[in-house]
Amino acid sequence: MGAYIVRRALIAIPLLAMISFAAFVFQHLSPLDPAEVVLHSQGVPKITDELIAETRAELGMDRPFLIRYLDWLVSCLQLDFGKSYVANQPVWSLLGPALLNTLKLTLVSVAAILALSVALGVACALKAGRWLDKSIRGLSFVLTSAPSYWLAALMVWYFSVKLDLLPTSGMDSARSYVLPVAVIAIGYAGIYFRVIRSSMLGNLNEDYVLYGRACGLPESTLVRRVLKNSLQVAISIFGMAIPTILGSTVVVENLFAWPGLGTLSVRSVLSRDFPVIQAYVLVLAAAFVLFNAVSDIASAAVNPKLRNDL
Amino acid sequence: MRWLRPIGQDKLAALSLFLISTTLFAGLFAPFLAPHAPDEVHMELRFAAPSWEYWLGNDQLGRCVLSRLLYGIRPSVLWVGVALALSAGIGTIVGFVAGYFRGATDAVLMRICDGMLSFPGYVLTLAVIGILGVGLENILIAFALMKWAWFARVIRTSVRQYADSDYVRFAKTLGFGDVRIMARHLVPAALPDMAVAASSTFGSMILQISGFSFLGLGIQAPHAEWGMMLNEARTVMFSKPELMLAPGIAIILVVSAVNYLSDSLQLALDPRLATSRRAPHSRTVAESAKLQGSEVA
Repeated sequence: MGAYIVRRALIAIPLLAMISFAAFVFQHLSPLDPAEVVLHSQGVPKITDELIAETRAELGMDRPFLIRYLDWLVSCLQLDFGKSYVANQPVWSLLGPALLNTLKLTLVSVAAILALSVALGVACALKAGRWLDKSIRGLSFVLTSAPSYWLAALMVWYFSVKLDLLPTSGMDSARSYVLPVAVIAIGYAGIYFRVIRSSMLGNLNEDYVLYGRACGLPESTLVRRVLKNSLQVAISIFGMAIPTILGSTVVVENLFAWPGLGTLSVRSVLSRDFPVIQAYVLVLAAAFVLFNAVSDIASAAVNPKLRNDL
Repeated sequence: MRWLRPIGQDKLAALSLFLISTTLFAGLFAPFLAPHAPDEVHMELRFAAPSWEYWLGNDQLGRCVLSRLLYGIRPSVLWVGVALALSAGIGTIVGFVAGYFRGATDAVLMRICDGMLSFPGYVLTLAVIGILGVGLENILIAFALMKWAWFARVIRTSVRQYADSDYVRFAKTLGFGDVRIMARHLVPAALPDMAVAASSTFGSMILQISGFSFLGLGIQAPHAEWGMMLNEARTVMFSKPELMLAPGIAIILVVSAVNYLSDSLQLALDPRLATSRRAPHSRTVAESAKLQGSEVA
């Protein structure tokens, strides 16, 4: 197991290096000169070539490429991502709280998805082919085909406007979580419960179930054993779900004005605030790699067969 | 094309296929089918209810909702299909090269794919829009850049299975060129996997791209696009919620048709999934590959 963890970590390191390099190069792909953007956002009336050269030197852009990359990497590791062009304050002071808010939303959503998809998956597997199974699958099929923002708008219209039960936006109380979490959970639970269902069905056809039944074990004991084996798949899937959802709350956050990474990133894209976009890309991609490594290790801890995969 | 036959036997799948082809046709011939110009403003007809002249009513600028819906097929479905074809094309080439030649080529290409796949989808798209600016074509570029790695992965796995088979070895022994072997012996074998991978991605791509337009990062006014129509309807959601219906239902219909077709394609190609007996391992792999492709918005 120890050897597996080391091997898995060794795979993550070159990936992280590649991501950081891509995020750094990203800055240089932009058609706009960062110095010009800074001057524009500071409201300098007349931009001369001298002023641009001066700002470039101030931003440290006249040094060799690799040196700048290493410098930048070291400062990133200390959470110093530079200054936002627009807000004129350190990027981390914007990104940090936003990351925390998005993490909160993600974790609550993943918990909701976990509860919903295990419950639905088990119910459907036990009633496979009956009307309960069919209607749940049919409904989830339609719901996963609906755009999340459309569902969200309908839910806001019904629960917030017609019934006046829940807040439409912001993150003020526990009630603010209900609608965004519901929208995220509906989309993903509709996919994940099918995986749990099919892994339950696969396990129900195994010999050990037949043997247990032949020995006269009560059905509830059999279900518990099958569930235990099926949840292995669930662990790896939910490990994968955390980083995926972390990176795709963009639409929901913007709809509900959630003060998280999704809102921040769209705002930065629209105002072309490159340091913030760059830090956002770097932080989320790094989180993605780390969560994936952790989820692989967790699945290997549960299922020894997977340890030989690397 | 023998593997297409079971689709004809499933009524819902046939209906889905019909729905998709009608949509594509309507999108291609929108100028002939649309009763009005999509950006023709009639302020006196604001929020008018459906009438014989305007079948689906008028929006907040008095524009014909039906015409906008028809023209919206182009960016919402047709251009998404182009981006899909592009990324599937790149992915197929890379996947074939990696799966056929193996060794160092394979290792290098797959590490690049790992790197690409380590960026969550939305992040990479936002980065590309950040560099290139707002617009539908930039979103499509972002999607083509992003999804090819996933296609390459799926197709490499598929090609590797066949690249080792006796008939391919025999062809090599006979001295056939690599290109000829790939075209004659590997493409037909890998075609079903390519079809499943592409169709399962199509639905989620339609949803995601309309989501970006909804956020105002995609196509710009006055062009009609389904996500954008929903965004415009959102501003008057509290007084006129019925404007959300037409574009929303259009998206749901097209996406569920695509998803259903993709599922039945997969069933037709892999009978193991239908009966769900044994081989739980291979099924899990297929499912998780599909999951990665279907990131919902």
